[in-house]
Amino acid sequence: MKQKLKSYNSQTYLAYALIAPAALYIVLIVAWPLLETIRLSFTNSSLAGEDYVGFENYQKMLSSKKFNGIVTRTFVWMFFSVSLKLIIGLIGAVLLNANLKGRSIFRVLVMPPWVVPIAIGMLGWLWLYNGYFGIIAGVGMRTGILDGPFGFLAYKQSAFISTIIADVWVGTPMVTVFFLAAMQGVPRDLYEAAYCDGASRWDRFFKITLPQITPVIITMSLLSAIWTFNSFEIIWILTEGGPRGATTTLIIDTYKQALGNYKFGRGAARAVVVMILLTLFAGFYLALLARINKKISHE
Amino acid sequence: MDKYNLHEKIILYLGILVFMTFILLPFVEMFYASLRPLDHLFRSPYQFYSDDLSFWAYREMWKTVPMLPRYIFNSFFLASVTSLITLLFVIPAAYSYARFRFPFKNSSLYILLAINMFSGAVLLIPLYKVLRTFGLLNTYQAMIVPGVAFLIPTAIWLLKSYFEKIPIDLEEAAFVDGASRVQILRHIIAPLSTPGLVVVGIYAFIGSYAQQFLFAITFNQKKEYMPIPSGLYEFIGYTTVKWNEMMAASLVGIAPVLIIFLFLQKYIVAGLTSGAVKN
Repeated sequence: MKQKLKSYNSQTYLAYALIAPAALYIVLIVAWPLLETIRLSFTNSSLAGEDYVGFENYQKMLSSKKFNGIVTRTFVWMFFSVSLKLIIGLIGAVLLNANLKGRSIFRVLVMPPWVVPIAIGMLGWLWLYNGYFGIIAGVGMRTGILDGPFGFLAYKQSAFISTIIADVWVGTPMVTVFFLAAMQGVPRDLYEAAYCDGASRWDRFFKITLPQITPVIITMSLLSAIWTFNSFEIIWILTEGGPRGATTTLIIDTYKQALGNYKFGRGAARAVVVMILLTLFAGFYLALLARINKKISHE
Repeated sequence: MDKYNLHEKIILYLGILVFMTFILLPFVEMFYASLRPLDHLFRSPYQFYSDDLSFWAYREMWKTVPMLPRYIFNSFFLASVTSLITLLFVIPAAYSYARFRFPFKNSSLYILLAINMFSGAVLLIPLYKVLRTFGLLNTYQAMIVPGVAFLIPTAIWLLKSYFEKIPIDLEEAAFVDGASRVQILRHIIAPLSTPGLVVVGIYAFIGSYAQQFLFAITFNQKKEYMPIPSGLYEFIGYTTVKWNEMMAASLVGIAPVLIIFLFLQKYIVAGLTSGAVKN
C-alpha cells in the first residue's frame, strides 16, 4: 500500500506537466518581453524600424537633467504616498478593530476604492478636484481659504499633492484590510494578561499590538512601495504627468517615451531602469518573506 | 476590557467618520452629481443643495454616448473570457503546487510572486511590437492575452491554498481503493474545491475588469472593442463635460463589480489576506 501511495504522490513528471501550460504562458508573455525590452534598449527602435545603437539611449538618458529630476521626483512621490497609506491604514485598522456597533459594515465600506477599476474611480476624483465646480474648491472658497476658483491639477505643487492623495485613496483600503487581519490574529490572552496587570489601552497598543503585527507592517510597506512605484493609471488620468512634468514619474515617463512618441528604444532604456529598481524591491521583499517564514516555522 | 466610556466612543466614531469620508467621498459625490441637472453642477462656487434631483442623467447618457451598451458588453466579455482562460491555466498548476513535491517548487513559487511586481507598463513596449507583428492590435485578443498573464501568479497562490485545505487522505484512500486520477478529480477534488474556484474566478474577474484600461488605451483604438473604463472618456466633449451623465455611467460601470464583491467579500478578503499574511 505504501508503495502505491508513493507512486501517487511523487510523480514529478506529472507535477511538471500540470504546471507547464501556465509556466509556458508566463515565459511567453512576461519573461520573453522582459528580455526583449533589454535588447530594444540598445536600439533606436521606432515604428520605422530599428538599428543597434549601443549605449546611446542610456548615455542620453543618464546625462539628461530631466531624467535625474524624474527619478528624484518618483522617490519623493513614493515616499509621501507610501507613508500616508501606512499611517492612515494603521489608524483605519485600529478604528475598524474597535469593538463598536456597526463595525462589520464599516469593514465592508472601506473596500470600494480597492475593488473599483482605478480608471473609473479617478473620474470621481477629476470631479472633486475641478477648480470651478468641485466640492473641494467649493469648500475652500466658502470658508475663505481660497479666494477664487483653484484648479488643483493645474499647478505644479498642488497637482503633485493631489495625485498623491488620489493614490493614497486607492491604496489605503488594502493596507487597512491587511493590518486589520493581522490585528485580529494577535492572541487574545496577551491582551487579557496585560489588562489584568493594569496596562492602559495605549500601552496595550504599543507594547502588544504593534510588535505583534510588525512583520505584516514591514511586508505591507514593501508591497505598497512596489505598487506605488508602478502606479500608472492614477497619474495618467489625472494629469498625464503634467503640468509641465510636475507629476511625471518613471513609469509615466517610460510610457510617454515608448507609446506616446513611439520611441521604443528610448522607452525601453527607461523600462530597464524600472526593471532594475523593481528587481531590487522584489529581492528585498522575497528575502524578508523567507526570513519571516523561517521565524514562524522555528516558533 | 473591550468596553469604552462615552468619551472614547465619541472619539472613535469621529475617527471613523473622518476615515470613511475620505474613502467614500468620491463615490458619494459621483452619485450626487449624477442626480443633479447640469446647470446646477456648473455653478461656482459649489452648491451643496439642489432641489430638482432626478435620474434624468441615467436616461440621457445612452443618447450622449450611443455605444455605451457595447462598452458594457465588451467589459463583461473581456473580463469573463480573461478569467475563464486564467482558470484553465491555473487549476492544474495550483493543484500540482498543492499536492506534489518536486525540484524548484519553492523557487518557482517565489518567481511567481516576483512577477506580480512587474507592472504592465514595463512589458508594454515589446508586447505592443508583438501584437503589431501578429496583427492583433485593435482586437479583443490584444486585451485578453496580456490580461491573463498578469492574473496567473496571484490566482495560482490563491487556489493553491484552497487545494491544500482538501485533506490528502481522502485522495489517497480513493487511490488505494483503485480509483483512477480522473475519477479522483471528478468525484473528490472538483466538488470540494468549488468554493475556492468561485473565489479565484471572481478575483480574476474583478482583476481583469480593473486592468482593462491600461491595455485598452495602449493596444486598442477601435470603438467596437473598447471596454467601459476607457469608453467613459467619451463623455468629455470638445466644449463641455457632461459630468452628471459621465458620473451616472461610471456608477453603472462600477455596479457589477461592487455587487459581486459585496456578496462575496468575506471569502475574497479571507483568501487574499491569508495568502499574503501567513505565506
